[in-house]
Amino acid sequence: MATATATSRSILARPTAETGWTSWFTTVDHKKIGIMYAITAFVFFLIGGLEAILVRLQLSEPNATVLTAEQYNQLFTMHGLTMVFLVVMPMGAAFFNYLIPLQIGARDVAFPRLNAFSYWVFLFGGLFLYSSFFLGGAPNGGWFAYAPLSTSMPGNNMAFYSVGLQILGLSSLAASVNFITTILNMRAPGMTFMRMPMFIWMSLIVNFLLLFAMPVIAVALFQLTFDGVFGTSFFNPAAGADPLLWQHLFWIFGHPEVYILILPAMGIVSEILPVFSRKPLFGYAAVAFAGAAIGFIGWGVWAHHMFAAGLGPVARAAFGLSTMFIAVPTGIKIFNWVFTMWGGKLRFTTPMLFAIGFVAMFTIGGLSGVTHSVVPHDAQQTDTYYVVAHFHYVLFGGALFGLMAGTYYWWPKVTGRMLSEKLGKVHFWIWFIGFNLTFGPMHFAGLLGQPRRTYQYGPELGDTVTIWNRIATFGALVIALSVLVFTWNVIKTQRGPKDAPDDPWDARTLEWLTSNPPAHYNFEEIPVVTHRDEFWYRKYAEDAEGRAVPRQAGGSTTEVQGQPPAGGDTGDPDHGDGHEHIHMPNPSYWPLVMTFGLPIAGYAVIYRSLVLAAIGGLLMFFGFYAWIIEPVAEDDAH
Amino acid sequence: MQAAHETTLGIDHRKLAIWVFLGSEFLFFGAFISTFLLYVDNTPEGLGVELFDIPFTSISSFVLLMSSLTMVLAHSAHVRRDMRRARLWILATALQGAVFIGGQAFEFTTFVREGMGLTTSPFSGAFFVLTGFHGAHVTIGIIMLLSLWKLIGIGRVTPMEDVKTEIVGLYWHFVDIIWIIIFTVVYQIPAG
Repeated sequence: MATATATSRSILARPTAETGWTSWFTTVDHKKIGIMYAITAFVFFLIGGLEAILVRLQLSEPNATVLTAEQYNQLFTMHGLTMVFLVVMPMGAAFFNYLIPLQIGARDVAFPRLNAFSYWVFLFGGLFLYSSFFLGGAPNGGWFAYAPLSTSMPGNNMAFYSVGLQILGLSSLAASVNFITTILNMRAPGMTFMRMPMFIWMSLIVNFLLLFAMPVIAVALFQLTFDGVFGTSFFNPAAGADPLLWQHLFWIFGHPEVYILILPAMGIVSEILPVFSRKPLFGYAAVAFAGAAIGFIGWGVWAHHMFAAGLGPVARAAFGLSTMFIAVPTGIKIFNWVFTMWGGKLRFTTPMLFAIGFVAMFTIGGLSGVTHSVVPHDAQQTDTYYVVAHFHYVLFGGALFGLMAGTYYWWPKVTGRMLSEKLGKVHFWIWFIGFNLTFGPMHFAGLLGQPRRTYQYGPELGDTVTIWNRIATFGALVIALSVLVFTWNVIKTQRGPKDAPDDPWDARTLEWLTSNPPAHYNFEEIPVVTHRDEFWYRKYAEDAEGRAVPRQAGGSTTEVQGQPPAGGDTGDPDHGDGHEHIHMPNPSYWPLVMTFGLPIAGYAVIYRSLVLAAIGGLLMFFGFYAWIIEPVAEDDAH
Repeated sequence: MQAAHETTLGIDHRKLAIWVFLGSEFLFFGAFISTFLLYVDNTPEGLGVELFDIPFTSISSFVLLMSSLTMVLAHSAHVRRDMRRARLWILATALQGAVFIGGQAFEFTTFVREGMGLTTSPFSGAFFVLTGFHGAHVTIGIIMLLSLWKLIGIGRVTPMEDVKTEIVGLYWHFVDIIWIIIFTVVYQIPAG
């Protein structure tokens, strides 16, 4: 590529490194960005887990004094924020990044530099949020930040919340525009909607949810910032404002957010169960449309978070009903996963164990969720540990189990190495037991009256509550042990040779058509898709009884389809060294430069500094202009 | 460029992306407008919709709406590769946007002089933040238009790249459409 000739047009010479550690700062490759998302999210997972363990230690005894009330408030708030915004969402983004182009048969996302921008904004947003620990204290009003409480607390703690989440939201918004465009517009020839892998379906739905949920939380956060920093009275009841406005805006975002967290895991599990059952996904259309139905109904259930807020009987009845409705598409999915396994040739590999664990644990979390839709029942449970148990069963038992299943499943694709199955199974069982020990008892402690969001509980709740809490604390340590096993598995595997076969699981979808790990251009020739589960179809034919029969060994794409493997992209596929003609976007500094301005502008708002605002603004302005003037790929220049 | 490649839907990536992004923007303004409607009568200081000068705002609204016409003319000229006219209309659009922003600045200072500041009441906060964010959107649009004007002038945006004028235009039309909603729901209905 003509990288050398065109660099003079930039202020800085265009970066060219594709390898080495510097390449990571300028990369626009969706695979590298996906890996960076995953590693960053894992580091935040360790931090968020540490916060959880401190919280659990404080709660292991009535009236314990491991933490002060203020420390507890900061830790449980940051635990929630970290796990939601810095672990599960970016892990979802990691899978979107790595898999969407590979599964739809594309070479990259629609906007590679915007993709890099999304990652850097996420990283800097996370660092910004955590810098609050060194600047007077972290957010301490809960991840829900109920105003007017959150606007009347002293200190800058909640200002870091409102500005930090704003930055993180920008990352998600940019990513959602990028992924929606990629999925709608970059599918390989022949990949119709009903031939897309289920993970792509779920990704599309999640990114539409992000697209429409992020602006709502952005508005709520702007209002919170204006109240906290500039003295408006959006949430100030003393000035006549409505104290429920924040709750409405937050949960209009917050409930779709729940599906933003869980649907990527549902997509992952929908890929893994068919592979290890050796059957196509049962009821493909039902699973896809159930996902879409969740995406729609998810906008009409938010007030079930506010049943105790005094909305009146009509609103409570309506939102109770819509909450029951949304259990239907979720139930459809669970039945489809079970019937996918039913009668299949099951292989209990580590990814399969995590996927089955997902289905089982998510079902428990889903059922306790349905109990919340019964308004009188919810009035009893609200603000107790029963609710904490519920959402950990869906977010840990659901989202994290699914993401872990995907990690084991796609590890060979990403690294060219297989994680140890033996250690993986040890990891699974310790993790599974630890999870249930931690969160199972919270159901009972909550029903016995233990309130959430308080740093101490009194001995008057009874010895049973104390015992349940001790078990939960012990369980948290068991989870920590399982994470150590996983970390050891990763270290051990990464020290070993790159010896994963190209198709280790006998998989079904297009990403396994590439080498492990894929070349930076993914596909030498853009595949032409003729079937759902295209890769499986290329490997197996069906006999008269519908059983899979391997096609001729060594049968190439061309022979299977009886047509040339036309490149919808290159036009002139040169079989020997086709990648010589593939135009890939060049690395770029500008997404990173532009992102540098954001946290500076964030500090400017919190400290009301015009100097910082000018510096941050100029950096963003400069980065943005350099970005739009620079062509996507150097040889695109006219 | 990407436009030369075939896309699944046959639409340029950038054009599809701006449509998708504008979908998000509707929710952004929707939430601010909802907040305003919640607080439209919430004026403990007594300074509310009666401060609005409907004839004045009608004129600046008219100028903003007419800028959509010049935006269309700019895009049409770009499609015809008539870059001289395209630049002229782009500049005219930016100027009309600037007139609108000037009107908003005048309106804001008038309100503040009459005693309604940002922190006066839930009503005033909701009003200033909503219309302020709209003004910020118009300002960003003006910067985009002036950038486009300059980039065409130095040849960085070529006559073949009419999609660039089109996506700036889509953004500009969105900002206008939102203003129609704001002018109706925030100004006219409560004041009338």
